Amino acid sequence: MLQEMWHALLHQPNTQWVVLSTMLLGIASGVLGSFALLKKQSLIGDAVAHAALPGICTAYLFIGEKQLLVLLIGAAAAGLLATYLIQLITMTTRIKKDTAICMVLSVFFGMGIVLLTRITRQAQGNKSGLDNFVFGQAAAMTRTDVYTMGGAAGILILIAFLLFKEWKLLIFDPGFAKNSGLSVGLLETLFSTLLVMTVVIGIQAVGVILMAALLIIPSISARYWTDRLGSMVIIAGGIGACSGIAGVLISTVSTGLATGPLIVVTAALCFIVSFTFGRKHGLVQKLTAHRVRTEHLKEEGI
Amino acid sequence: MTYEGWILLTACLVGISCGMVGCFLIVRRMAMLADAISHSVLLGIVLAFLIANSLNGIYMLIGATIIGFVTTFAIQSLHHAGVQEDASIGIVFTTFFSIGVILISLFAKDVHLDVEHALMGEIAFIPWDTQILFGFEIPKATAMLLGISVFALLIILLFYKEWKLTSFDAALALTLGLPVTLIHYLLMGLVSITAVGSFDAVGAILVVSMLVVPGACAYLLTDRLSAMLLYSCIFGILSAVIGYYGALWLDASISGSMSTAGGILFLLTWMFSPRYGLLRRFFITA
Repeated sequence: MLQEMWHALLHQPNTQWVVLSTMLLGIASGVLGSFALLKKQSLIGDAVAHAALPGICTAYLFIGEKQLLVLLIGAAAAGLLATYLIQLITMTTRIKKDTAICMVLSVFFGMGIVLLTRITRQAQGNKSGLDNFVFGQAAAMTRTDVYTMGGAAGILILIAFLLFKEWKLLIFDPGFAKNSGLSVGLLETLFSTLLVMTVVIGIQAVGVILMAALLIIPSISARYWTDRLGSMVIIAGGIGACSGIAGVLISTVSTGLATGPLIVVTAALCFIVSFTFGRKHGLVQKLTAHRVRTEHLKEEGI
Repeated sequence: MTYEGWILLTACLVGISCGMVGCFLIVRRMAMLADAISHSVLLGIVLAFLIANSLNGIYMLIGATIIGFVTTFAIQSLHHAGVQEDASIGIVFTTFFSIGVILISLFAKDVHLDVEHALMGEIAFIPWDTQILFGFEIPKATAMLLGISVFALLIILLFYKEWKLTSFDAALALTLGLPVTLIHYLLMGLVSITAVGSFDAVGAILVVSMLVVPGACAYLLTDRLSAMLLYSCIFGILSAVIGYYGALWLDASISGSMSTAGGILFLLTWMFSPRYGLLRRFFITA
């Protein structure tokens, strides 16, 4: 199997492109996910991803063909609407944020399923591959899809790089950020928009149900290796990239396995390794630190 | 009973059982655990199928309940080990769900346990799969849901006071010596059982909306837990019935339509609730 993967990577230009763009996607979601994690907004990504489905279907119904860019615009609009609705519900009622997230996520997903079944039942042979959006099938992407996704991921990484300092300040000291004249509202909005964009471009590869994992798992794994935001972002990006590559390669050589679940399982393995061996907060490290401390105390006769 | 009658009855039972259980999730701020459990239940069902090699409801119930507990336990352990709560939920359910999907596509492709069925349910098939119970021929899924609803109702009635206290004042409940952890896991068990009971009807994912949305509507209408439970059941039944006819009219997925109906009902309550509605807020401030 490894040999087959190697072969696919070396000799199939299409696979190379898919791998490259999934890698960029992994980096983008690792980076954005790190900020989301520290802002305690990880599960918003889950809601946005589920909510994107009706957006994709509506866009498809409007243009009548599968054109990735238009579908992504629909997804982004629905995702932004979902984040806005979650905020509005928590602000105007006594319903708590977790209930609001859960509600928006499931109702939007339900609407998406209604639209999806309508589309597939009336489809004239051209089943349009819209159901690939549910679990993600990177291998089924066309060349233009790959360019769109890779390009968008590249832009997202660039913006995150440029705004790194401002966001860092915003997360760790919002009061100071405000006082030093940063326009906090604008930065927040920009962040939510980029988060939605990351989710949206990832849907093609990972699918709406599992996209949240790609935001959460790499960033939480990175926390076990470092306390510095800069290194965290880099490590999370790296883990995201590796999971993306591994998921795509396994799904290319296997028959019928969707890419999304494979990417998530790979990321979960990275998490287990980080959780156990992480240099900063890993289990082994904690246990040894504890043992060293007790021995130290014993030596000093306390 | 007619074909349509069975479907409506089953859908209403989903609404009732999910509605009741969901109320407690909302007042305990554990809605996201419903999301987590209903995703990972899929893994339990697949494992039960692979081990027992049958699609019998009992095995599924056992498998799903075990995985439900494992999910809750894993989330709590990660949380105790220092992982932020939302992140630990996110890690556990996505991983379990992925493993479930991979296992289905590897081993269970040709049985009726295909991924689409698992996601969206297929309530239209329920009336065909029947068994004899007390001399009546009744669909298996309906019988199972009936049992689950009665069981959930019994548990809630038996421990109503305890549930109420642990939900609203966990600290007091703990000092009074109530088994808070036990009640927590009992609720999680109920969520898993309800999720798997509703699995045939609405699928693993859309059960979340049946669990959370009716309770949220009820939460906007009353301050009393008992009334909230009742309203939640009514909203559950309404979403089921409106959803079913909506799906017939649109020729679309029944479960998706039930979830959409729930969303519309919530929108209406949100606007017009006499106490907490947007309209009232608008007129009071204006």
